[in-house]
Amino acid sequence: MYDERFSGLRRRGFLAATTGAAALTLVGCGGDTDSADGKNGGGTPKRGGRLRAAFAGGGASETLDPHLANLFADVARAKALYDKLADYGADLSAQPRLAAKWEPDKTLDRWQVTLRKATFHDGRPVTAKDVLYSYRRIADPEQTFRAKASLEPIDLDASRATGDRAIEFVLKRPTAEFPNILAAFGAYIVPDGARDFDSKPVGSGPFRFVSFTPGRSAVLRRYDDYWEGAPHLDELEFVVANEESARVNALLGGQVEYAHELNPTTARAHEGRGQIEIVRLRNSAMQAFCMKTDRAPFDDKRVREAFFLIADRKELVDGALSGAGVIGNDLFGKGYEYYADDLPQRAQDLDRARALLKKAGAEKLKVTLDTSAVAAGFTEAASIFRDQAAKAGVTIDVKMGSKDSYWSDILDNGTLCCYRSGAMPIEAHISQRLLTESTTNATKWRHKDFDALYQQAQSTRDTTERAAVYARMQRRLYAEGGFLVWGFADWILGTARNVKGVRTAAPANTLDWARFDKVWLA
Amino acid sequence: MNAGVRVRTGGLRSFVARRLLLGAAQTVAVVLLVFALTEALPGDAAVALAGDQPDPARIAAIREAMDLDRPAYERLADWAAGLTHGDFGTSLASGRPVSGYIADGFGPSLLLASLTLALLVPLGFGLGVLAARHEGRLVDRLVSGVTLAVYAVPEFALGVLLVTVLALKLAWLPPTAVGYGTDLLAHPAALVLPVLVLLSRPVCSLSRLVRAGMVDALASPYAAHARRYGVPGARVRYAHALPNALAPAAQQLARTVDWLLCGVIVVEALFVIPGLGTVLLNAVAERDVPVVQGLAVVFGVLTVVLNLGADVVAYRLTPRAGVAA
Repeated sequence: MYDERFSGLRRRGFLAATTGAAALTLVGCGGDTDSADGKNGGGTPKRGGRLRAAFAGGGASETLDPHLANLFADVARAKALYDKLADYGADLSAQPRLAAKWEPDKTLDRWQVTLRKATFHDGRPVTAKDVLYSYRRIADPEQTFRAKASLEPIDLDASRATGDRAIEFVLKRPTAEFPNILAAFGAYIVPDGARDFDSKPVGSGPFRFVSFTPGRSAVLRRYDDYWEGAPHLDELEFVVANEESARVNALLGGQVEYAHELNPTTARAHEGRGQIEIVRLRNSAMQAFCMKTDRAPFDDKRVREAFFLIADRKELVDGALSGAGVIGNDLFGKGYEYYADDLPQRAQDLDRARALLKKAGAEKLKVTLDTSAVAAGFTEAASIFRDQAAKAGVTIDVKMGSKDSYWSDILDNGTLCCYRSGAMPIEAHISQRLLTESTTNATKWRHKDFDALYQQAQSTRDTTERAAVYARMQRRLYAEGGFLVWGFADWILGTARNVKGVRTAAPANTLDWARFDKVWLA
Repeated sequence: MNAGVRVRTGGLRSFVARRLLLGAAQTVAVVLLVFALTEALPGDAAVALAGDQPDPARIAAIREAMDLDRPAYERLADWAAGLTHGDFGTSLASGRPVSGYIADGFGPSLLLASLTLALLVPLGFGLGVLAARHEGRLVDRLVSGVTLAVYAVPEFALGVLLVTVLALKLAWLPPTAVGYGTDLLAHPAALVLPVLVLLSRPVCSLSRLVRAGMVDALASPYAAHARRYGVPGARVRYAHALPNALAPAAQQLARTVDWLLCGVIVVEALFVIPGLGTVLLNAVAERDVPVVQGLAVVFGVLTVVLNLGADVVAYRLTPRAGVAA
C-alpha cells in the first residue's frame, strides 16, 4: 500500500583502467534553469501562501534524517530541507547544486569540487567540512545508510578539504561519472556534527523546519536566504495519506493543493474536467519482465529473443498501466542521457518467436512468472503476458508473492519475474544491475567483456566517446539481455488549479520533481 | 434476600477472578501466536527496509544492526523481560519507543470509538425498542428493512459513497481528516463521516438484537402475567422486557467497542485518521515485530477486559441464565 519505494543508486567496484587525456572541466550553468518548456501554467510567480502536499508515507516510523530517506515522501521532505552537491536533470544527467563546479584530474580519479556560497538555516556557511562530515556519516561502516554503496568509489580517508569551499575527492578508481555520485539518492549535505534530525533539523535547502509529526505532517517555512533565491511559498506542509482515494478526495475537497502518486484511472476521470490539474511525469518508471540469464530456459539467448518477440507492448501499456505510459524497447532509460534511441522498435512477432523456440528445442515451454501486488500494474501485466505467451505455445504459470519481501525474493530465485525501476542514470542502472559484481543483478547478467566495457566508459573522459561505449553496451542488451522492458509508466500528480510552476518534464526522482521552491499559488 | 445477594456477589467475585486469569492466559497466547505468525511471514524487518534494493550485504548489515541475527526465542525473551517492568521495547524501523506508537495511535481510535458508542447506544436501543413495539407492523418492517439494507453495504463502499455525495458533491463536510493529526476534536466536521460509517453496521446488528430480545420477552409468560396484574405497558416494556434484551446486546456492544478500539483500518485509511489500525498495518508491512507485539498485548488486554465487562453485565441482568466462563 504505502511502499512505493524507489530506486537509489548503487555502485559496485571495478578494476581501474586509465587513459590519459587533456583536462576536462564540467561546469554547470549554476544559475536557475528556468526554461519555458515543461511547466504547468505560466504567468508571473506570486509570493505567499501555504501549500499542502499529500504523499503516501511511512507511518509512525518516519524520520527527517535525510540519509535515511527511502520513500517518495522522505525524499520530498529531504529535498525541501537539504541540498545535495548535484542532482539529476530531466535527462538524468548530473546538474550542479551545492557544488558550483567539479573538475577531474587527468586520470579521472581525483576530482576538485568547489562549493557555491550557501548558508544553513542557522546562518552558518556550508563548508567543505560539512560535506566531508555528511559523506563520512553515510559511509560509516557501522551504519546501513542507503547511499553508502553509491559513495563506495570515494576514498573518504584520503579525500580532504583544500579550502573553506574546496574539496579534493580521491577516488578508488577512475570514475568519469563521478558527478552522478554527488547526485546520488540520499547523499544530502548536513551540518558538521549533526545527529538529531527530528526535533530541530538544520539544512541548507529552500525551506526551514517548523514542526514534524511522524506519519502525519511536516510543516516547513520559506528560507529567505536560500542560495538559489527564496521560494515563492510562505509555508509548505507535507501530509501523509496512504490511500490513493483519500489523496484524491482531499485534493478535490480543497484540503490539499498537491496530491502525489495518483492512479491512471483517477487521472483519466479528472483530466480536462477543470476541477483539478493532472500532471504526468513521463518516463518515470521502467516496467519489465526480468529473465534470469544463468538458468534454463533463459540461458539460451534464442529463448530470450523469443520472449522479446512474444510481448505486445502496446497491449501491456494499455492493460497494465491503463495507457498511462509509453512502450519500451528492451532498454532502460528512455529519454535519458546516453539512451540508444536509434535501435529499431521491437514489435510482436509470434511466428519468429515460435521458430526461435523450436530452434532452441523449447517448444511447449512451461515457465513460472513471479509477480506480486508490490507495484501498480504488476499482476495485470503478468496475466496479460501469460495470454500473449499462450499464443506462441508457451505456458506461463503466474505465481503471486508477498509484497513486503518481493524484491528480495526475486533477486536470486525463480526464472522470470515482473520488475520495475525508478529513474536513475543509465550508468547507475548498469553498475547496480548488470555487472558481475552488481549487488542487485536480478537478470544474472555476468559477462567479463561487458564489465570491461563499463570500465572503459568510466575511464573515458570524452563524452562522445563515452556515449559510443554506452551505445555498444546497449546494443548487446537489446539483442540478448535479460530485461524485457515493455514500457515506461507516467508518474501522475494532481494539483489544485491555482498551483503554478509544477514542472512536467521531470521524471520522478529528479531535481525538478516535487520541487516546491519553484511552485506558487496564483 | 440479603443472603441471596451475598451468594451472588461471592459468585461474581470468583467468576471475575477466573475470567481474569483466563484472560491473562489468552493474552499471552495471543502474543505468542502473533510473534510466531510475524516470524513466519516471508522476509523480516531488514528485507522490508531494503525494499527494491535488496543488496544481500546491506540486508545482512541491517539485520545485524537490528539484532535480528539473534535467535527468535532470545528476542522474544528480552522483549517479555522488558514488558514485566512496563517497557514495550523500541521499534525496529525507527528506534523510537513502542509505547509512543501505541499512545499516538490510541488517541484517534479512542475518540472515534467514544463518539460512535455515544451515538450507537441510544440509536441501537431506540430503533430496537421501536421495532419491537410495533412488531409486524409498518414501522417494524421499515426499521428492519432499512437496517438490513445498510448492514449489507461494506464500510468501504459506504464511505466512498458518503464522501462522494456529502463531501465532494454537496461540499457539506470535509472529505478526509488529512493533516489534522491528533487534534481531531478541533475539526468536528471531519469526524462526521467517519463516525457515520463506523455507526452504520453496529447500529443495525444492535437494533436487531434488541428487537429480538424484546419481542421474545414481551411474548413471555411473565410479561403476560405482569400485564394481567395491570402493570402499565411502558413499565412492562422498559422494566421487565428490556433488561432481558440487554444481556445479548451488552455482549454485542463489547465486541463492537473492541472492534472500534483495535482500529478500523478501512475507515482510518479512507479518512486519513492515524489510529491503531494504521499503526498495526504499517508495523506488519515493515515486519516491525516489537510494535506488532506491543499492539497484540494492547488488543489482547482490551478484548479480555471488554468481554469480561459484558459478561458481568449479562450476569447481573440475567442471573438465572448463568454465564459460561
